[in-house]
Amino acid sequence: MAGIPHDHYEPKPGFQTWLHNRLPVASLLYDTLMLPTPKNLNWMWIWGIVLTFCLALQIVTGIVLAMHYTPNTDLAFASVEHIMRDVNGGVMLRYLHANGASLFFFAVYCHIFRSLYYGSYKSPREVTWVIGMIIYFLMIATAFMGYVLPWGQMSFWGATVITGLFGAIPGVGTALQEWLLGGFAIGNATLNRFFSLHYLLPFVIAGLVGLHIWAFHTTGNNNPTGVEVRRTSKAEVEADTVPFWPYYVVKDLFALAVIMTIFFAIVGFMPNYLGDPDNYIQANPLATPAHIVPEWYLLPFYAILRTFDNTVWVVQLVQFVTFGIVDSKLFGVIAMVGAILAMALAPWLDTSSVRSGRYRPMFKAWFAVLVIDFVVLMWCGSQVPSAFTGWVGLIASTYWFAYFLVILPLLGVLEKPLLQPVSIEADFKSHYAEPAE
Amino acid sequence: MSHAENTAGSRRDFLYYATAGAGVVAAGSAVWPLVNQMNPSADVRALASVEVDISGIAEGSQLTVLWRGKPVFVRYRTADEIKAAQDVALGDLVDTTSNNNNQPGTDASDANRALDKEGKWLVMMGVCTHLGCVPLGDGAGDFGGWFCPCHGSQYDTSGRIRKGPAPRNMEVPVAAFINETTIKLG
Repeated sequence: MAGIPHDHYEPKPGFQTWLHNRLPVASLLYDTLMLPTPKNLNWMWIWGIVLTFCLALQIVTGIVLAMHYTPNTDLAFASVEHIMRDVNGGVMLRYLHANGASLFFFAVYCHIFRSLYYGSYKSPREVTWVIGMIIYFLMIATAFMGYVLPWGQMSFWGATVITGLFGAIPGVGTALQEWLLGGFAIGNATLNRFFSLHYLLPFVIAGLVGLHIWAFHTTGNNNPTGVEVRRTSKAEVEADTVPFWPYYVVKDLFALAVIMTIFFAIVGFMPNYLGDPDNYIQANPLATPAHIVPEWYLLPFYAILRTFDNTVWVVQLVQFVTFGIVDSKLFGVIAMVGAILAMALAPWLDTSSVRSGRYRPMFKAWFAVLVIDFVVLMWCGSQVPSAFTGWVGLIASTYWFAYFLVILPLLGVLEKPLLQPVSIEADFKSHYAEPAE
Repeated sequence: MSHAENTAGSRRDFLYYATAGAGVVAAGSAVWPLVNQMNPSADVRALASVEVDISGIAEGSQLTVLWRGKPVFVRYRTADEIKAAQDVALGDLVDTTSNNNNQPGTDASDANRALDKEGKWLVMMGVCTHLGCVPLGDGAGDFGGWFCPCHGSQYDTSGRIRKGPAPRNMEVPVAAFINETTIKLG
């Protein structure tokens, strides 16, 4: 793809030209910041900048927390209390890091559902989408390992449950689980390696974020109409776009300021609202807490994991057909991973030629149900298992898969989409009588 | 020099394959120590056997001891519990193997799970076979045995899975009486 035509960096004589001929870093920065960006982006396009900020916040607060933390089963819990009580400003640093994870996931869910609604995952942005899904998966891994570090009850038992998933894999499961844990159960070896990987993965994520941005800068941003920026002439491009700097930088910073206000109110006034009080009890391998729940942002997929027990006929059928190799435990694991995988395959499952949900009347309704479904799954994951939550969880899990595997492919055939605007400019003018100049 | 036309099995091809093969072997042998260092270390592998004094356990109660980083339940079952466990037909069970390391390959009848002939002592890993939580005991759950709080698995008075997501009966570790009041684990 040739990319959207726009002005390129022209180094001034002197130092700029000298540096440009040796390392064109200013050119890279200029092209990144001056990228023509569709001028109709709405407020759902702010989450990228919020996510970038979250990554920076987590890395910075994480590095300083690591200066005071001790990854040893005898000392970890006490070292976190040391951060809370003794380290100068330690309370704030830890609460920023813990709640920063929540903001990170809140933003990523907004970002993902934005892409699902406006069809941002569709051709030619499949690579951007898949990289994004890998980032999301790494975020889950990083958050999970970070949650183990304080060595509270929920840290220990959450880790026991999740590493137990690897034991479900036929044949190599037990060996794999012992390799991951460095022992027969969660112990000092596990805590140490989780600390090492929790420190490493954010930098892997940062690298992937670079690729993610590079990919959508190559294809250009999607926008609420889903109609591509015209790129035959520079005049057309200028009618459809504005440069990222200063227009979107200012807009995004304003949005970030609003979100920061809410975030700091939570960090300052209710820092433990989203946490589990059981994690202020030191880990005890002899006593499981009455009710193990992951943090809120992992609840939907946790609900899918535990929905499929051996009373569900599909599980019984699969168990019978595979001669017991795929039992209810493995089925749950496959379902949980499959739920994310199905989402990652959306570009190839969605058969509609129309990109934006704005012009897809039937899609709109199914998408709304998906959003509700996500919240219902989150609720299910937070509840003590009962017959009722079992049923609700089963229906909600089924819808999650049905949306991606059945509804998206069928809608492209069954639905009659509305008329799309011919260009971003035409859509823009129909909303604002006078061009905003 | 002609090279493009004469490609079949040339000495250069051989060099390519040999170099690539040597590269794979070298990379593999460099990576393996990095992978292997994550396996359980020697101090963890050193299998400590534990001797458990059971003289203080009253009938109808349970002692939980830590062995190899995991809890082990030692339960002194009541006559009612033993009868309830023995009365279950094998056909009603989810997992029909005893999962007893002292008697591998036997069926899940209660006699194959208890440690002694009378069935008073039930010794098993206190680890739910679903995802490794510690089930709650003392008659918890619908079957009077154990109930796992994590995902609702229910075990009967013989520690056999009856309902819920767990696939197997709770594991019976290698254990033996070394005298009337002491059990050796491992």
